[in-house]
Amino acid sequence: MAKIHVETTINGDPTEFLCEAHQSLSEVLREELNLFGTKEGCTTGDCGACTVILDGRIVCSCLVLAAETQGCSIETIEGVADGEKLHPLQEAFLENAALQCGICTPGFILAAKNLLERNPDPSEHEIRYWLAGNLCRCTGYDKIVRAVQQVAAIR
Amino acid sequence: MSTSSHFTVPQTIEEATALLLRHGPAARVVSGGTDLMVQVRITGSYPEHYVDIKHIPDVNVIDWQADHLLLGAAVPCAVLSEQEDLRDNFPGLIEAAELIGSTQIQSRATLGGNLCNASPAADTVPALMALDAEVVIAGQQGSRNVNITDIVTGPGSTALAIGEMVVAFRIPLPTAGSADAYQRFIPRTEMDIAVVGVGVNVTIDGSGTCTAARVALGAVAPTAFVAEEVGEMLVGSDLSDSTLVDAGKLAAALARPISDRRGTAEFRRDITEVLTRRTAALARDRARARG
Repeated sequence: MAKIHVETTINGDPTEFLCEAHQSLSEVLREELNLFGTKEGCTTGDCGACTVILDGRIVCSCLVLAAETQGCSIETIEGVADGEKLHPLQEAFLENAALQCGICTPGFILAAKNLLERNPDPSEHEIRYWLAGNLCRCTGYDKIVRAVQQVAAIR
Repeated sequence: MSTSSHFTVPQTIEEATALLLRHGPAARVVSGGTDLMVQVRITGSYPEHYVDIKHIPDVNVIDWQADHLLLGAAVPCAVLSEQEDLRDNFPGLIEAAELIGSTQIQSRATLGGNLCNASPAADTVPALMALDAEVVIAGQQGSRNVNITDIVTGPGSTALAIGEMVVAFRIPLPTAGSADAYQRFIPRTEMDIAVVGVGVNVTIDGSGTCTAARVALGAVAPTAFVAEEVGEMLVGSDLSDSTLVDAGKLAAALARPISDRRGTAEFRRDITEVLTRRTAALARDRARARG
């Protein structure tokens, strides 16, 4: 069975890959494209660690077939910083100690980035609901929410 | 586990239904994939044929007709909740759609998928039942319209034949003085599956008398169902708070819940009573505001 040839744009770069029909996007990002910033936690869409931005919307990449992304634009954590310069959300997560083990962090950063692009001034309530699909088992959520609020405030 | 799998992106209904017919149970429809992908993980076995239907124009329509809305089965919930006219006309349906999963899931999950996954706890199914929606089903022989109450036949099973797929929903437009609502109970504030879900649609006339009512219950029987007797009790009444208390009691008596880790059968009956009362009150208040 020939593999499926998929053409996408990942973090602004035209990217082609070959995949099996059943392979998830998270699997292909990590195992074929070596983009290990996307984490796999539950692989059932509950934890949000594998969150990427697919055509402008956040998705759990474990619940997306890689083959579905033909022609799509994908943003992963690797595309968030501008070279060596961290994104304001990444800075704010560091400043607020909004991470410990870091497994959930790429998903939180992408989800929060997508929120602020849609809603530059979210309430705490809106932040917490938007991020409800991202689970953290280290810091809890207050520091994460404060980091997002800090970036919203300076924008 | 099958050793190889195929992925197809049909561009037309005819192409899709031909694929589904040819491959039978070996083919699975991919829309948002949020249930399918989880099933694959849990069972450890993936379908031989993935048929990605979401690029077919017919399953993406949001088409306001004279007396009904034609709503494509594969429109993601996130897109639904961004449509102000949908929210204005069908606040209950949007309430239900927005309750499905996280923001990430909302980006992908669809009404067609929620229906065809055939969970007794599907949120949008009681909401669509309350609205008396029809389901447009396509097969190789053409399309047929089936009331939403006749689709799900039991947990995980539907009345769709091999080679058929859900294309869209035909939802009657609200009239002056009618409004819908949906509420569910879960043990936390977000991200869980309904312990009980209640969809209500009521119509009131100029004097405040209820002229039509449908109450649908989810997660309290093998399938969601319309509690006909509750609707009948409401029609002709003024939907006073005391009437709604009685309606809640009747709904609880009609529920046939099971006990599971989310709640005992007794708890589900209690919640059915409370949620029916509250959801009916919400629909009533919206209908009064519209009328």
